[in-house]
Amino acid sequence: MKQAISINVNGVDYPGEVEPRMLLVHYLRDVLGLTGTHVGCETSICGACTILIDGQAVKSCTMFAVQADGSNVTTIEGLAANGNLHPVQEGFWECHGLQCGYCTPGMIMTSTQIIDRNPDPSREEIRHGLEGNLCRCTGYQHIVEAVEYAAKKASA
Amino acid sequence: MADKYVGKRVKRTEDPRLIKGLAHYVDDIGLPGTLHVAFVRSMYAHARITGIDTSEALKVPGVVAVYTGKDIATKIGPVPCAAALPDLKVPDYRVLATDKVLFVGHPIAAVVATDKYAARDAAEILYPGVELEELPAVVSIIDGVPTTPVIHEHFGDNIAYKLTSGEGDIEAAMKAADRIVKQKMIHQRLAPIAMEPRGVLARYFPGEEELTVWSSTQIPHLLRTQLALMIGIPENKLRVITPEVGGGFGSKLNVYAEEALLGWISMQLGKPVKWIESRRENVAATIHGRAQVGTVEVGIKNDGTITGLRYNVVADLGAYHQLLTPAIPTLTGLMLSGAYKIPAIQMNVTGVFTNKMSTDAYRGAGRPEATYVVERVMDVIARELNLDPIEVRRKNFPKADEFPFHTATGLDYDSGDYEAALKKALDLSGYQKLREEQKKARDNGKLIGIGLSSYVEICALGPSQAMPAGGWESATVRIEPTGKVTVLTGASPHGQGQETSFAQIAADEVGVDLNDVTVIHGDTGIVQYGIGTFGSRATAVGGTAVLIAIHKLKEKAAKIAAHMMQCDASRLSFEAGCYSKQEAAAAAVTGKSEPVVPVGEGPAGALHEVPTPTNGRNKITIQEIALAAHIAKELPPDTEPGLSATYFFEPKNFTFPFGTHICVVEIDKDTGETKIIKYVAVDDCGKVINPLLVDGQVHGGIVQSIGQALYEEVVYDEQGQLVTGELMDYALPRASQMPWFDTDRTETPSPVNPLGVKGVGEAGTIGATPAIVNAVVDALSPYGVKHLDMPVRPEAVWRIIRAPEG
Ligand code: FES
Ligand code: FES
Repeated sequence: MKQAISINVNGVDYPGEVEPRMLLVHYLRDVLGLTGTHVGCETSICGACTILIDGQAVKSCTMFAVQADGSNVTTIEGLAANGNLHPVQEGFWECHGLQCGYCTPGMIMTSTQIIDRNPDPSREEIRHGLEGNLCRCTGYQHIVEAVEYAAKKASA
Repeated sequence: MADKYVGKRVKRTEDPRLIKGLAHYVDDIGLPGTLHVAFVRSMYAHARITGIDTSEALKVPGVVAVYTGKDIATKIGPVPCAAALPDLKVPDYRVLATDKVLFVGHPIAAVVATDKYAARDAAEILYPGVELEELPAVVSIIDGVPTTPVIHEHFGDNIAYKLTSGEGDIEAAMKAADRIVKQKMIHQRLAPIAMEPRGVLARYFPGEEELTVWSSTQIPHLLRTQLALMIGIPENKLRVITPEVGGGFGSKLNVYAEEALLGWISMQLGKPVKWIESRRENVAATIHGRAQVGTVEVGIKNDGTITGLRYNVVADLGAYHQLLTPAIPTLTGLMLSGAYKIPAIQMNVTGVFTNKMSTDAYRGAGRPEATYVVERVMDVIARELNLDPIEVRRKNFPKADEFPFHTATGLDYDSGDYEAALKKALDLSGYQKLREEQKKARDNGKLIGIGLSSYVEICALGPSQAMPAGGWESATVRIEPTGKVTVLTGASPHGQGQETSFAQIAADEVGVDLNDVTVIHGDTGIVQYGIGTFGSRATAVGGTAVLIAIHKLKEKAAKIAAHMMQCDASRLSFEAGCYSKQEAAAAAVTGKSEPVVPVGEGPAGALHEVPTPTNGRNKITIQEIALAAHIAKELPPDTEPGLSATYFFEPKNFTFPFGTHICVVEIDKDTGETKIIKYVAVDDCGKVINPLLVDGQVHGGIVQSIGQALYEEVVYDEQGQLVTGELMDYALPRASQMPWFDTDRTETPSPVNPLGVKGVGEAGTIGATPAIVNAVVDALSPYGVKHLDMPVRPEAVWRIIRAPEG
């Protein structure tokens, strides 16, 4: 039986009805059409599905849409404010922090939380913060540099 | 060509859509009325199908159809294998299992439903309706060729093929040796794990009789040809589109059962159908890589000179042949000379069937195995002779002036300076100092190891003679009436960044702004036939096609320019996208003009100064010429309107990048864990178009090597059950485990193509693995360790450390 929910996604309220078993990532992708959030494992390992819920990085593949009822969600599509890239997005572009781009939205969302919590993270702290996000392409080094770039940029 | 962009760290043009979450991978494409497919797959490694009852599944609300192997066995052609080897046994590989299932993950039935939840529900409900009679499975090749049971009964045994390759008198070479070094080595089975699993969307228009297949693939055109044959649709009614592809690493260099099935189902139902692979399916039913067990024997002189090398190897092919399965071990045979002069080489390979997923091309594809064998055994030799591993390598390097260099594996290495790369890596790492520190650390009871690898790889695959389905690559370059430059490449990049690097080549060569160039790929409805992206070939072969297409285009543009400025084409010079009429005398005196480049040749000379205008127009931009060529009122006689050129570049040889990697590890005595504390990579991939992209390829490749050396393995148990079926069990390298990479380059241009590029996509995966294992073995040498098999797990190391002395 469908359940009524209302989630604010990227500043817009979306009231709707969903099956209780619908995963949040499927709700975002298939119902709201926000396909920037990816699915890479379905088991909370890869982080491709990372979004922010009330400012916290969360893996949306292992959460039901109904559990997000009443919360504020930010997805990769909502990160660039007024068309200006977020410093983390800029960092990924500047430092070649992506190749195939599939892990990238999740990586970027997690990275925003890293510099949110610690405006001047060391390389080790960045790597630790990225532990829940897998990338098969970049070897991570350029991602670490991208986050360093973003941290500098954000605190400048 | 003025190098405004080529050679520079140009930010990627593909990135904005990717970092904003606005790019489209297959699953991001939604078509109204799309049906969803889920597969019922075998949970057994080997079993006979005695019956399938689909009735319960068909009752699930939303289910539209269920297909089984028996329904469609004769309607869709077999999954193709393009590898041609003498006496190769090729099993009949149907898109759904008919009589037997041969590996965990083998598709048995396809369920089609109105939404993906319903499809998965129905697949789960169907599974108990599949009657399977379990059979013993053929799993391990560690002890040689498994004889019973026979997987494909009509073949009589489990041997798919046997092959001997190499040149030189191996027996004489071994006799000439002072001693023989012998080492067994295991190359464990790996899963490529592109972060985007496979996915297919197919839409058939019954009226137009046209089928479009969106697939996450590395080879759109080859896939189109094969799917047309499998499904029986005319190839010119089939369009394959590869939207954004989330990594491939060889796993999408294939033609899969699901791709054909989806196309066929869409034709049956007249509706769009979609299947997105789950990660569980991806680990079980997307190709694996490596999986060789071999013994290398090397004849050596007491000074370290190698007289000959023999490698006897069993390759675990899995249950069926995918596109290139049996060919992969032959690439191992090609690269067994490594970076060394070895007078005689022999490989004896036996390819065997097992009850597992097929192995095929995973990043490096046969070459990492060869490099590992050679670079690992160099260290074994050094230990045997009590020599420095560097000295053994140096002793056997060909000198820079010995290129092109013929190997006893039948190759001609194009160019190289192995000593230069080695020296640079030694300097960059401070090798001498590292050894001193290692000694001190050992005295303090610490386990530090230093390992190196001087690799050569074979890239830019390749001349068509050596390839199953063409080794060339194509490009069309057009200048549109508005002056925008469109590049259509037959390569099919999926993360490598060729939208940027090809635009760099084109922008420099045409003399326009980078933003005026768009690179289009991966759509057989738009792009001329191409081969695709694999084997580190896209830039060396595809980039060259772009370059030469532009040369062709400029030949025509120059003719039009000359006509428009009423002069002879020989009096034109070209600079920054502009043709100028040059006074004959001035040109002769300064001698600095860049002549109009004939097809197939590189640009010559520096740029000229623009001459003073005399009468009429003296300068005209190539973009103006493009407009004139389309309006076609002011063209020279007998000139075809329009301004575009297509070129199919056929390389005359492969290219052979090389380099030296140095790895330093520290082993935790309490846990047995290996930590890489320093990593230096000096790679030579010829000329570099974009250093940023090259660094990215090198980093990513090394990390996949680290994965193989320390963490990853596809594990099947004795029953053939897949134990590492999810990312929870299959250990991919994480950011926190990876070291910082210090990278540098030497640059030895390849003579094989006018760009001088060699390719770099697989260097890291090929060069790094032995450096890491060599470092671990070096660290454990105080315990008498001479060799360790991959992945070097903490437990194995811990046991060595804890073993009672002696
Ligand atoms: S898809 Fe959610 S963590 Fe991988
Ligand atoms: S960029 Fe491809 S997985 Fe990270």
